[in-house]
This record gives sequence, C-alpha cells and structure tokens, in this order.
Amino acid sequence: MFDVAQIRSEFPLLTDRTIDSERLVYLDSGNTSQKPRRVIDAMSSFMETSYAPINRSSYRLAGEATEAYEAGRTAIARLVNAPSADEVVFTKNASEAMNLVAMAWGRANLATGDVVVLTEMEHHANIVPWQMLAQERGIEIRWIGLTPDGQLDLSNLDELLDRAKVLSFTAMSNVLGTIPPTKKLCAAAHAAGALAIVDACQFVPHNVTDVQDWNADFVAFSSHKMCGPSGIGMLWGKMEILDAMPPFMGGGNMIDTVTFDGFTTAPVPAKFEPGTPAITEAVGLAAAVEFLEDIGMANIRQHEMALTRYALDTLNHRFGDDITIYGPDNVEVRGGVFSFTFRDLHPHDVSQVLDEKNVCVRAGHHCAKPLMKTLGVNATTRASVYLYNDESDIDALADGLDGATDIFGL
Amino acid sequence: MPGLEDLYREIILDHYRTPRNRGELETPPAVKIDGHNPLCGDEITVYLTVDGTGDDAVVTDIKIGGQGCSISQSSASMMTKAVMGKPVSEINAVMRRFKTMMGIDGIEMADADSEVDLGELEALQGVVKFPVRIKCAVLSWNTLSNALDAALNPVE
Ligand SMILES: Cc1ncc(COP(=O)(O)O)c(C=O)c1O
Repeated sequence: MFDVAQIRSEFPLLTDRTIDSERLVYLDSGNTSQKPRRVIDAMSSFMETSYAPINRSSYRLAGEATEAYEAGRTAIARLVNAPSADEVVFTKNASEAMNLVAMAWGRANLATGDVVVLTEMEHHANIVPWQMLAQERGIEIRWIGLTPDGQLDLSNLDELLDRAKVLSFTAMSNVLGTIPPTKKLCAAAHAAGALAIVDACQFVPHNVTDVQDWNADFVAFSSHKMCGPSGIGMLWGKMEILDAMPPFMGGGNMIDTVTFDGFTTAPVPAKFEPGTPAITEAVGLAAAVEFLEDIGMANIRQHEMALTRYALDTLNHRFGDDITIYGPDNVEVRGGVFSFTFRDLHPHDVSQVLDEKNVCVRAGHHCAKPLMKTLGVNATTRASVYLYNDESDIDALADGLDGATDIFGL
Repeated sequence: MPGLEDLYREIILDHYRTPRNRGELETPPAVKIDGHNPLCGDEITVYLTVDGTGDDAVVTDIKIGGQGCSISQSSASMMTKAVMGKPVSEINAVMRRFKTMMGIDGIEMADADSEVDLGELEALQGVVKFPVRIKCAVLSWNTLSNALDAALNPVE
C-alpha cells in the first residue's frame, strides 16, 4: 500500500508550514520538490560532524568527507543503473550538465553545417546551449514536431536524423507530461550515426530509470527535483565518450598536473569537476536516493499514474470546455504534470487566485517558450504532482479554480 | 495578508474586460515598440505617434497590442487614457509618480511631481502588496518609455 499520509509526514514543510493558518497544497514539484526530514538531517549532521574538504587533504576527517561525497555518486549510479559510479559527473544542476555536453563534447565534435536534432517540447536548458553553439559555429538545428495530443510526431524521424550528429530530447516534458519512447529514440539516433542525449530532469524523480537499457550516451538530471537539495546536478555519460572529451571548465581538482606551459587533465569524473563541489549537497542527495529507493521508484510511478488519471478526469469533468489541458490523455505515456488554460483567464491571475487558497502552482512559459508557440498560447498554468500529493490536493486545485470564476465574473 | 480585493479592484477588472485603445497604428508615422516580461511571457506592443519635439511634444495617438494578465492589461489600458493628448513633460511626471507608487527604487522625483494626479491609476496601488505582480503593472510604462525615446529621437 502506498501510504501518502505516511510519506507526507516525513516532509516538515508539508506538515508544519502554514500560511493564514492553513496547510499548503504544493503542486509545483515539476519546478522543484520538497525535502524529507532524512535529507535535511543528513545534511545538518554531516556539517556538524564530518564537514571537511574533499580530495585534497590527507587527514582522517578529510577522508571521511571525501567518502561521504563519493557515496552520493554511488547512490546516483545505483538509481539509474549506471555501469560505473565514475561515469557520474556532478554539476550545479541539469542546465549545467547540458551546457557541459554542448560546450565540451559539442565544440570538440561539431563543425559548421553539422545537424543537431531537438524536439519542440524541450526546456530552454536543452535548446539554448545548442543555439549558442549554432551562433558560434553555424550548426543546423532541426525540430521534431508534435502530434495534436502533444506526443512526438515521429513520422519523419528518419528524414530529420539524416546526417545528424546529435539527437537530444527530454524523457518527460515539463509542460505536457509527455513521456516519449526513449529507448526507441536512442536506437534511432544510433542507427543514424548520431549521439543520443537525454534530458531526464523530469523523468528520474518519478520513474525507474535504466540508462543502460535506454542505451543513451548522455543523461542529465537535477537533485532538487528528486527530494534532494538544490545546487547539485548530474551528467551521466558513457565512459569512452567522457574519456575522449576535452574538459568543460578549468581550475583545481580537474587537473593531473599544471606547469608554466600547460596542464593535463585528471581522469573522469574529476576532469569535469573543477573547484570545490557541492559537498554537503552530495550527502543530502545520497539520503534522497535512499529515501526514494525505500519507497520504490516503480511504486512512485504507479501512484502518480493513478493520481494523473484522477486529475485529468476531475478537471475535465468539473470544467468541461472551460479548461484545456495540454498533453496526452493516456497515463501510460504521461507523467503528473498538468498545464492548462482556464476560461479566458490569464495564468498569472489563475495562480494568484489559487495562491489565496494556498494552492502553489506555476504560471508562465515554464522555460519552454518555443513549445508555447507550438501550442498557440503565451503562457499556461501548471500543476505538477509528486509522491506526497494525493486526491485531496487535486480537489483543492479544482475548488480554487471555481473561485477564480467568481472573482473575474466571467 | 492582503486580500485579493486589494489587487483586483473593480476599475482594474473593468479595464481588463474592456481594454481602451487596443489595436494598431500604421508605422510609420507611428513607432512600434515591443516589451516583454521574461518571467511570465507577457508581451505588449505600444504604437505611438507624437507631434513636436522634446518635452513639449504631444502624444497624438497611442494603441496597445499583445497579451497579458489582468494587471498588465489594465495598467496598459489606463496608461493610454492617461497619456493621450498629453505633452511629454507631463507624461514623464506621471510615469515617475506611478513608478514611485509601485515602490520602484531610484526614481528621481521633480519638485512639481507631488502635484501630479494619478487618477484611475491609483487603483493599481494594491499591486505593491503583491511584489511578483509589480513587473506586470510597470511593463506597459517601460515599453512606453522606450516608444517615446524612439519617437523623439528617430534614427536618420
Ligand atoms: C525538462 C527539464 N529540463 C531541464 C531543466 C533544468 O533543470 P535545472 O533548473 O535544475 O537546471 C528542467 C527544470 O525545470 C526541466 O524541467
């Protein structure tokens, strides 16, 4: 039995924090997730008992801290079934991980006229780094379009992949919730001789992830969306590719040696981790992974599929033609993210009215402006769920929307 | 906690439901300037014609295009009423008063500004209590400011 009340009780903010003496209805986990007590405790206890530099000093305390930091890497490798923890590179967030790929691998391997294929439902994090590269050296960007129900239109995939060097796509849309056939897309990329890069920011927190089964080349994601702290993100990559790449940023920790004439790089992953990293955050991340593993990623997905079904049915049933929810209706290919437009109300006004009821949602373009263009809207309101949400949260959202109608007299 | 009635005053909702001076003007003679709020994707277009030069120039027509929330749309609508037919010197004074009311730092008020009557624009005062919405309220004014610059300093 998936016990939401029990899970929620492990999140201090969700149980203890009130505004106007009422609990919060947190429906913005697609943006960032709340943190369980275990993660908070792991981080404070690490700082109270074991905090020290990593990889630099030889005293015992520093060794302890290094081990704690590396345990974060091991936990991530286990969670996504990476063949080796050394293939997990810590970054600041998923955005930095995508920049690392575009700037380090891209600069070394892409030349003018080379083709990079993206999809129309990408987050800016998987668009702008490629556009920067396009400005720098004139690569061509092609876009996989969408079907009317917000799935990838793969009818002309072969054509789009013709001569492509890269296919980079999201494993779950942060706007539509769409979960594309990631394994199939990786295979198609490889068949065309392209690298397969997966933005798994929205996928990893909610699903069983197996980077080997996908046979992806790079996978990027963020700790803060999976119950871990902000300030740390991950790039997993195949060792032979990481090994052959030049570094991204330079500094301490990433070198083998430095002379007046130049430098040589440390082995992967240190090669991509210049400077003092997010040490305490890696410790918190390890605790987050253990927390998720205890509940079970398959169980989390199961729970969210049921909740997604409930949300789609409730909102459509209560509001009919007054609400437009974007993305597929089939919960097998969709996660718990609901972007919608409601009557003629602007998303900012919708979220303002919901905030009055302590319902926290996001309004705007969700860092996916090109997708907004495809959908023919300027902005949407987005509610997104996680393991601590249940049907009462969806009901609170629907009740709040009822209130919006009254205020604007529409 | 400020209530929604502080934000969504009736006059604001009226301008939102029935925006004044919406549309386009032919360019040239009009200038057309776009503004957007990168945070939420609100977009506004100001079309403007002026007659004369410098501070004495008079706004002869203004139209608003684009999309946005009730606050940005009503603010733009009220703004068009406040500036239509007015000299630039007076518009700048209203703009300084308005931005000061919105709690924006670093606006240097002129001596006579305290006399300026904001009229309907006063209704937007409640926005200050909702800091994330201040950007919505000033978007049209910032865009107008750029439009006035463009109209008064045409590139040859
Ligand atoms: C699909 C997707 N990709 C990338 C990102 C960027 O993640 P971060 O802000 O942690 O860098 C996000 C976060 O909103 C996302 O939803």
